[in-house]
Amino acid sequence: MNRRLFLLAPLAVAAGGMGGAFVLLERMQSGHYSPSSLPSMLIGKHPPHFTLLALPPGRAFSSADLAAPGRPILVNFFASWCLACIEEAPMLHRLARSSLSIWGIDYEDAPADARAYLARYGNPYARIDADLSGRVFIDWGCYGVPETYLVDPHGIVRWRWAGPLTPKVVAHGLDPLLGRTA
Amino acid sequence: MKRRSFLLTGFLLLGLTPAARAVVDPWERLPNPAEEKRAEQIGRQLRCLVCQNEDIEHSEASLAADLRRIIRRHVALGWSNRRIIAWMVKRYGTFVLLDPPFEPLTWLLWASPLLALAAGGATAVVAFRRQRASTPLAPLSEAEKARLSELLPP
Repeated sequence: MNRRLFLLAPLAVAAGGMGGAFVLLERMQSGHYSPSSLPSMLIGKHPPHFTLLALPPGRAFSSADLAAPGRPILVNFFASWCLACIEEAPMLHRLARSSLSIWGIDYEDAPADARAYLARYGNPYARIDADLSGRVFIDWGCYGVPETYLVDPHGIVRWRWAGPLTPKVVAHGLDPLLGRTA
Repeated sequence: MKRRSFLLTGFLLLGLTPAARAVVDPWERLPNPAEEKRAEQIGRQLRCLVCQNEDIEHSEASLAADLRRIIRRHVALGWSNRRIIAWMVKRYGTFVLLDPPFEPLTWLLWASPLLALAAGGATAVVAFRRQRASTPLAPLSEAEKARLSELLPP
């Protein structure tokens, strides 16, 4: 009896591993889990101190504006040279139409290119900064574009998503925090 | 002849493999060689977050170039290695360190080779003991000996 258990143990481990792998792949597909994603160091904290100039003709914002905005703000890092940003543009418009304030930070971009991008794909941003040197991007702990942060009414970062906002990501990650049901 | 061509091909291939060279642009380098060396040492400890399995000295990603530039600025300002690394960890977390730190979260990671060795060793000891403890066979009876000599060739 003991011997049989001993022989079945490796099989059980393999089965457990397969089950785990299946769950992992399922969660990767639904957007719940991304193995290359990092947890943000800003969760539960105020954003880092920064001031930037506006991307004309937009209106600038600084960390002071995010200190206690009184309503949730979605801060979205984007760039005209970023393909995934084009992919998430419709979702950003949808969110902007649902009365969520979206403030954009244009990362290492030529202002003319950024304006052309916004003219072509639409502008969901109530305010836009130009992070020409990419220093603010690094201060926030970003490592790619697009990246989106949810800042709550008290100015605390509650959620970060690296990558485009897909319907699944918004439904599972963002809506619950905004108190929205599908 | 076969052996010579084999050696020749081997040396050729060796010569063609790209040397692991840092991608630091000559214009990026600090003028002071000691400072530049320190900056490179720091950079080699930090993970490029874009590629994730390269250090920032070797990564071609533009974020890696930005971080290299920031490290060099901090080195030129006289910051200690510890302060520069802390600056990086504050923004990106301990994942930015290529060598995981030894803290409660990573104890299991660090201990896993030892644990695997211990588990294997324990299994070996148990198996060995079990073999030892099994009852030895009784000697063959006369009838069995006769049968054996029948079966085996002379």
